[in-house]
This record gives sequence, structure tokens and C-alpha cells, in this order.
Amino acid sequence: MRQLTEEETQVIFEKLAGYIGRNIVYLVDNKDKPHVFRLQKDRVYYVPEHIANLATSVARPNLMSLGLCMGKFTKTGKFRLHITSLSVLAQYAKYKVWIKPNGEMPFLYGNHVLKAHVGKMSDDIPEHAGVIVFSMHDVPLGFGVSAKSTSESRDIQPTSIVTFRQADIGEYLRDEDTLFT
Amino acid sequence: MGSRRLKQMQRAPPTLEEFQARKDKHQQRKDKNKRPRDDSKPEERKRGKNPKKFKKGEEEEEEAEALKELKKAEEQLPKVDLKELAAAKKTLFDDDEEEEVDEEDEELKDEFDLEQEYENDEDGEPVERPLFSDDEEGDIEDLNAANMEALSRKLDEEAQMEEEEAEAELVEGDKMQPRAEVLPTEEQEAIEAQGPPDLTAVRTRMIEIVKVLEDFKSMGAEGKSRTEYVDRLLKDICQYFGYSSFLAEKLFNLFSPAEAMEFFEANEIARPVTIRTNTLKTRRRDLAQTLVNRGVNLQPIGTWTKVGLQIFDSQVPIGATPEYLAGHYILQAASSFLPVVALDPQENERVLDMAAAPGGKTTYISALMKNTGCVFANDANKSRTKSLIANIHRLGCTNTIVCNYDAREFPKVIGGFDRILLDAPCSGTGVIGKDQSVKVSRTEKDFMQIPHLQKQLLLSAIDSVDCNSKSGGVIVYSTCSVAVEENEAVVDYALRKRPNVKLVETKLAIGKEGFVSYRGKTFHPSVKLTRRYYPHTYNVDGFFVAKFQKTGPSKFDDNQASAKEKEAAARQEAVEEGIIKDDFASFDDEDDERYIERSKKVGLLKKGINPHSKKPSASDKRKK
Repeated sequence: MRQLTEEETQVIFEKLAGYIGRNIVYLVDNKDKPHVFRLQKDRVYYVPEHIANLATSVARPNLMSLGLCMGKFTKTGKFRLHITSLSVLAQYAKYKVWIKPNGEMPFLYGNHVLKAHVGKMSDDIPEHAGVIVFSMHDVPLGFGVSAKSTSESRDIQPTSIVTFRQADIGEYLRDEDTLFT
Repeated sequence: MGSRRLKQMQRAPPTLEEFQARKDKHQQRKDKNKRPRDDSKPEERKRGKNPKKFKKGEEEEEEAEALKELKKAEEQLPKVDLKELAAAKKTLFDDDEEEEVDEEDEELKDEFDLEQEYENDEDGEPVERPLFSDDEEGDIEDLNAANMEALSRKLDEEAQMEEEEAEAELVEGDKMQPRAEVLPTEEQEAIEAQGPPDLTAVRTRMIEIVKVLEDFKSMGAEGKSRTEYVDRLLKDICQYFGYSSFLAEKLFNLFSPAEAMEFFEANEIARPVTIRTNTLKTRRRDLAQTLVNRGVNLQPIGTWTKVGLQIFDSQVPIGATPEYLAGHYILQAASSFLPVVALDPQENERVLDMAAAPGGKTTYISALMKNTGCVFANDANKSRTKSLIANIHRLGCTNTIVCNYDAREFPKVIGGFDRILLDAPCSGTGVIGKDQSVKVSRTEKDFMQIPHLQKQLLLSAIDSVDCNSKSGGVIVYSTCSVAVEENEAVVDYALRKRPNVKLVETKLAIGKEGFVSYRGKTFHPSVKLTRRYYPHTYNVDGFFVAKFQKTGPSKFDDNQASAKEKEAAARQEAVEEGIIKDDFASFDDEDDERYIERSKKVGLLKKGINPHSKKPSASDKRKK
């Protein structure tokens, strides 16, 4: 386990900014409960500071996970967000899409969000921006990228895609073997 | 026809009536014939009887008496039934008899019909009509009005007497009954061994043997010892439930025979599916409402937990609903709540779960601490940490550190914990309902190796706790086994090896006390404070929970030994201690002599020989 380098931090923050925008400052600058980013193997964890300190006593080969896993660095040096980061993203989300109950299961099985399933969505979503997907009860279900801006998607067909899925909580079941080392 | 049936019946009361009622013999016989009939048709009986009387032109008084007789007969009916039941018990598997009875009944019914036809043909007197009505009581009242009081007293007396007799007979019958051979003879066993096993017969025999063992003094067959019965029962259990004989005996010895049967039977059924609400994300009432809307039939587990829900049936897979994926609940056996409730973690503490996978208990600890403080979740198996990490992330526990160590490494890796939960790896004899392979896979070796590891783990746990912790200093030891070797014996070992810990109340609402002594082994008296759970008593998995409080530091607290070193030390110690520990008594020949003498005397007495009469010379000598 180690702290992130300058480059790594930049890559991650660029990625995160796509979903939570300027809210990223709340992630880093949390006065009453300071959190830090830590890298263990290729994964990046978002951890309360005191836990990161305690975790130093655990040897690297034996440390499997700590705090909240944000995602992992690919071999090519890109950063990929995992579904486990959803709780952080949902908390500070900039653009949101709510889907109706009949659209929940299709989304959780790994499909994109269709116009017909959208219950409501933020007004100002531009094209290709990071979007967090919620159920109508405000339960975060996953995240993705908008296919069209909000205004454009008002007059498209019900079967066309509004948001491209990137991760959904169905992955806890589908990808348990690969998702967690 | 019906002669055999009549023989089984109680004869005495009718003869008594005979004198009292001054009836002609014909009438008597009719009555007797009628009594054994199906008691669901009292009306018909009445109909059949009354016309005949009138045909004979008998007096009104006599008719009244006949009715009284009838009433009596009806009163007798339930008692007759009891006796029949007792008789039927005796000949439980005698098919012929039952068939005969059926035939008899049919024939009797036929007779009925004939009589009825007869009556309908012959007499159509309007006076008699009321007798055919449903209103039985009215008839009797009218007819008996004159001598009602006397009659009813007499009836009461008779009824009471009969009842007593019947009861006496029943009791006697019950006691006599098992004296009939419960145990099969050698030839029978040989025959049984050849053919395929007859499970119903085996089952019946098991029940019979258990009945005998419950009251061996009065029910045991002559010349058979208790051990013979127990051996047969164990063999039957192995055959019927499919246990290895070693495990069957081990489990059987934990309970009384009847309770053991309940235990074995409870192991055949799966426990109910239960879920735990993740209080980090939702509340139980909200969750229950959402799940009910999805077509799940559920109910709170019990009053002892505020987060558990029991699932009866569900239209959707309970492990794949959006709520499950969003981490609002986790599938968790009710018994797994118990050690965490006993641990009672507080906010801002440092807690260690030594064997954490798949994370049900870890996430519960984290939820109780409201994501504050720090939870170390350790598991020795790397592949099992995968599901542990998945559950921790799904349920949103951010205060956890997951590590993969042999838990015996622990005070070396990091110590100073406020609380430690050790849900030790075990033989799984409490979860046979979940994993039937335990029945055959566990051998004697397991019950030596597993406790060996458990003892080392528990000592490591004790050494890793900070005794100066303001709120904690608590160690909870739990297993999903019911074997004493893995539970009380381990706890007792820890108490002996670490005088700086003591057992405290678990504060659990349910559970039975741990054994203080078991088959000649005596444990520390405080072992009573541990709790045992059985599938047949609480409908949870078999479980064991012990809660320690660390009261002071010990020289082992900064133990830097690794798991390997500890293992070596433990082996060394086992060799030194040997099987016979220093608490084993020394031999005292003089004392033994006295006991031998006495037991010989008792043995002779049992055989019916007077020990004094046998050796008059010896006793005389002693007197001089």
C-alpha cells in the first residue's frame, strides 16, 4: 500500500471530475473525517485517514482490501472506475437519471438505459457526460455516460438509448470473481 | 362374527347392568353387539334398537331402561375406543387384525340396514316417531323424568368405575407392551442384513427403543442391558439418517435419547431462510415493506433481534433483488447474529474478526459501529476473501481492512484490539441440515486436530486484546458445532492457560447453558455462562457462544511468535502433557478393594443371591 503519485492522482481526478465535477473538493478536503487515496497492487482505495494508518501494519501481500475501492489502473495506465465507487459518486453526483421500476431489472442485467425507462433526468446533462443512474426511490443503481443531451433526448424514440451503461450493481453477482482480485 | 372383537372388550360392566336392568338375554346380546360399532352413528343405533322393543311388546318402564342402557353405551364408547387403541398399538403391524376389524364393521353396517328396512316395513306408528328425530336429549328427558336423579347417580358411579378400570388397564398395558421384544434377535438381524433396509420398520424400532430407554427400569426387557438397547439404537440411527457410527455416537451422547432423536430429525430439515437488514443503508420496516411489494412472504425472526427477517416464500430470487444488490440486506443464518450481539461492538473501537469470510458477521459489526472506528476482517483462505470483500463493499462498510493471515499470527501483526470475534473454523456438526456431507466426512482425527487449532486461535485472540481498553477488552468465541471438544473444552483450556481472562454473561436472550461437566471431564464452573443452541430447540443452526473479558495483562501479550512457532510450541506442550493430565487421580489399592467388594455384593444381590448366605464361614470369621 502506498500513496498515489502526482500523475496517478491527476488521472484519477480527471476521471472523477467527469461524474462529480467540482464536488471533487469535498472528497479530498473533508475536515471532520479526513479521507485519503491509497494504492494497493493496482487498485485505488478511498479510505478514512486513521484506517489507512492502521493498515500500514499489514504486509502488502496480505492486505486484500481497505476502505472503499474506487477502481483500478489498467496495464496501459488508464484508470477504470468500479461499481464499488458508486456510493461516493452518487453522493456528489452532478448529473442524474432516474429510471422507472420496469426499467430496473433490464438495467441491472447490464443493458443501457432506454428512453422508455427514464422516469426523470437532470435538466442540464450535456452529451457524453458522466451520469449516475438511480431508481425512483433514489437508490443508486449504477453509472454511465449520456448518449444525448437532455434537450435532445426529449424528442427521440422510446426505444433509443439515453445513457450508455458503464457499471451497475448487478456486477456484484455477475462479476464477483473478477471484480475483487 | 365379532367374537374376537368382543374378547378384547371389557366384559364386566355389562354383566353388572344385567342384574340392574333385569333384561332378557336377547336384549343383552343386542346391546353388546351394538357397542363396538362405529360411534359416528349413535342415532342409527337408536333407531335400530327401539322398534325391536316395541315389537316385543315390552313395558314402557323397560323401554326407559333400555334407553338408559343406550346412553350408558354411548358414554362407554370413548373408553372402548381407548382400549381399542391400546390393543391396536400392541398389534401395530398386524395387518390381518385390522382387516378383520374392517370387515366386521362392514358386516355390522349391513345388519343395521336390514334392521332399518325391517322397521320401516313393519311399524309406522306415529307415537314412535319422535324417537327418530335428531333431538336425542329430549327423548331421554321425557322418558326418565320420574327417576332421573337416581338414575343419573347410578350412571355416574358406573361411568367412574369403568373409567378407573380402563385407566388401570391402559397403564398396565403400556408398561407391559414394550416387554414384547423391541430388540431384534440375531436371526432377525441376519435376515434384515440380507434384504434392502426397511426404513419404516427401523424408524418404529428407534421410537420404541427410545421409549424403553426413557424408563428403562420398568420397561427394559429381562436379561437385556441398557447398552444393548443403545447399541441397537445407534445402529438404527446410522442406517436411517446416514451418519457414520462414530459421529452418531458422539452426537447421541450430548442429549437424552428422546432429545437426540429430535436433534437428528431436525438435522434432516433445512433451517428457514433469514436475512439481516443493513442498518447502514435502510431500516427493517422499510425493507420489509419493499420486499412484501415484490411478493416476498416474511416476518421478523424473533424478539431477540431487531434486524432479522425470516423469509417463508418468495416469488423472486431473494439473493438477486435490486434491494439485495443495493446492499439493503444480506442473507445470513439467524445463528450468525448471536456472536455479534454478544460481542456488542461500540462506536470508535478497534475490532478484529479473526475468521471473517463470507462477511456476514463483519458487516454486522461494522453496521453496529455505524462505520466508525476500525474493523479488521481476517481470513486465512485467500479465495474466500473474495466474497468477503464483495459483501463488505456491497453493504457499504468503509471502516474495514481485509487481510489474509493465519489468524495465529495476530498479536504479531497488530494487537491492542478493543474487541475480538473468533468464529472458529469447526467440524460443522451444528449445520448438518445445511451440509449433509458432515455426517460421513468427520472422523475421530478431526475432533482432535480442529480443537488443537481452535485452542491456539483462542489464545492468540486473548493475547491480541487490550486489557486496558475503556469500553472493551472482550473476546467472543463461537463455533457452529455442538461437540464438547470444540466448545467447552476449548474454553476451559483457555481459562487454564490464561488466568487473566474470565467468562462473562453473553447477554443473549436465548440459549442453553454450557456443560460444566461432560462424561467424566469437569470444566471450570464459570463455563456455565457460555451458551449452546440446537436446531430442535430454537430452529437455528447448532451453535456455541462464549464471551470472555480480559482483566489484566499477561506476559504473552507482546507475543511475537509466528503461526509456525505457535504450532510447534502447542505440539511440544501436547506431548509433554500427554493424554493423562496432572489432575488424574493416583491409584489407592486399599480404597479400590473396598469398592470392588461392594460392587461384587451388589452384583450378587442383583442375581438374587444373598451375599451373606453364600459365605457364612467367611462372615462368621470376620465377626469373631
